[in-house]
Amino acid sequence: MKMLNPLNKRFWGGIVLALVVYAVIQILLTTGIFDDVTRSTLFLICINIMLAVSLNLINGVTGQFSIGHAGFMSVGAYVSAILTLNFDVPFVLALIIAGIVAALCGILIGIPTLRLNGDYLAIATLGFGEIIRIVMLNTEYVGGASGLSGIPNKATWTIMFLFTLITIVIITNFIRSTHGRACIAIRENEIAAEAMGINTTLYKVIAFSLGALFAGMAGGLSAHTFYVINPGSFNFLKSFEILVMVVLGGLGSTAGAVVGAVVLTVLFTVLQDFPELRMILYSGILILMMIFRPKGLLGSTGISLKKFAKKEATKNDSISSESAS
Amino acid sequence: MEYFIQQLINGISVGSIYALIALGYTMVYGIIKLINFAHGDVFMVGSFIGLYSARNLSNAGLPPVLVLLLSLVISMTVSALLGISIERLAYKPLRKASRIAVLITAIGVSFLLEYTGVAIVGPQAQGFPEILNKKQYTLFGSIQVDSNQIMILGTTVVLMIILQFIVHRTKIGKAMRAVSYDMEAARLMGINVDRTISATFAIGSALAAAAGVIFGMTYNSVDPMMGVLPGLKAFVAAVLGGIGSIPGALVGGLLLGTVETEVSSLGYSSWRDGVAFAVLILILIFKPSGLFGKNVREKV
Repeated sequence: MKMLNPLNKRFWGGIVLALVVYAVIQILLTTGIFDDVTRSTLFLICINIMLAVSLNLINGVTGQFSIGHAGFMSVGAYVSAILTLNFDVPFVLALIIAGIVAALCGILIGIPTLRLNGDYLAIATLGFGEIIRIVMLNTEYVGGASGLSGIPNKATWTIMFLFTLITIVIITNFIRSTHGRACIAIRENEIAAEAMGINTTLYKVIAFSLGALFAGMAGGLSAHTFYVINPGSFNFLKSFEILVMVVLGGLGSTAGAVVGAVVLTVLFTVLQDFPELRMILYSGILILMMIFRPKGLLGSTGISLKKFAKKEATKNDSISSESAS
Repeated sequence: MEYFIQQLINGISVGSIYALIALGYTMVYGIIKLINFAHGDVFMVGSFIGLYSARNLSNAGLPPVLVLLLSLVISMTVSALLGISIERLAYKPLRKASRIAVLITAIGVSFLLEYTGVAIVGPQAQGFPEILNKKQYTLFGSIQVDSNQIMILGTTVVLMIILQFIVHRTKIGKAMRAVSYDMEAARLMGINVDRTISATFAIGSALAAAAGVIFGMTYNSVDPMMGVLPGLKAFVAAVLGGIGSIPGALVGGLLLGTVETEVSSLGYSSWRDGVAFAVLILILIFKPSGLFGKNVREKV
């Protein structure tokens, strides 16, 4: 947990930068320079950053190809919505519980499926994502096919920002910790990692449930931003969208995931009136990225504050030397 | 009991469609270890080509049987070409890349086909022309079989026999088996690996297209998103039978189709899609090599 060292310039640099971003946007929102459309785009960006960063932990860092991320998101969305709707639980607490329930689902799904490798895992996670959706569809308590509506709009910019920041900080720290190194080792060569004494199943499950935790929180935030949730909004397409963000930014790079999420969300809003064109563009991006620049826009570089703290960066930036694939 | 048998017959006709699609998955996986996510969409394209050729040929006044055969052949040929071009353009540049990279590309190709389809023909479903008049036959008292179901089973069996012949009796089939056994050794023995892989894609895509035409005739409706679920379920069928095994794909497809129909006939039709995935996960956990698959140990 190097980043938590108070002497670490990069960490404090990052916090200051984050606070500045927060303050500027807060001012823009309160003074009304940002209208409602911009505001909801902004919130969507935050949610997508959380999703992309958490998926990147599973797909990019640990190398376990999961395409069921929307399933965890839906668990979080439903749990938090029911908690605030039916039980009057405070919003932040509901979000945390939602994340924990999603993480438990992650453990439950991860333990049997993470023994599978590569493509089989992909299909199994896809299957679980679909099963979660079908269970929601058939449960009357959560509204069946029509879903839940009238969810209180409790997501504020402060909460949104805080959760996004926490996601990024915790996941970045995790990647740079001993456990994160173990995950990277699993990605690079699972058999070698096992031979070096790494409990591969344990670390895969940890990464998987940590990813699910934040996906669940993101789901809760999205439910409380857009009032309505139904099983259809958490289908394979949503998982695919998150995957494109991660791939665009560069598998294995947290900064890349953030950039990918921002770029694609903006693109998404601009192309809102042309849904087919948007999807064609998404899939085109995916194919061309894989063929011509599999590293993604940023490659697998670590957090991009390097420019501000170059000396520190050269010291503890060995992550960027590893390749993404 | 009769109801059960009736459902069994319905299940077999759904299962035949899964089996035909599953063959493409299993052959491609056997040869380059790739889950070709785009396969379900090749099935969709095949169905659409079948739809347009059937429409035009019926308008030209040809006899129904000829219309059916010609649409099948046209659709299979075009889809085979599509399969080859997908392989050449999207997968071949990545032959040396990591498997995840190829998998992501496959997902990309899948969505590209779907949404190009939406952009060209629109998202709404289109009716498939009724080529053959449906006839009901009654067997053993109350069990009903219609001519479509017989046609489905017949087409599937004929295509399977052709496939078995190609794989086991021809030179390209021998090359396919060799490449799937050991690509490098096959290359050293002078087999043109790239051409063999293309041939595999062509055959798999042609089978998917045949399934697409049959699907259109059975359900009378085709749309650009129709390939997603049958594609995924056919993959489940391939895994169930043991991926890489051709008889496995057939058995897996029939088994999955039957299980699904039985589940919906018991009144749980909204859970039907979940069952396929539950079957998949159970298989993957307890017997990842499937019913007919070989258990391959990973070597360091």
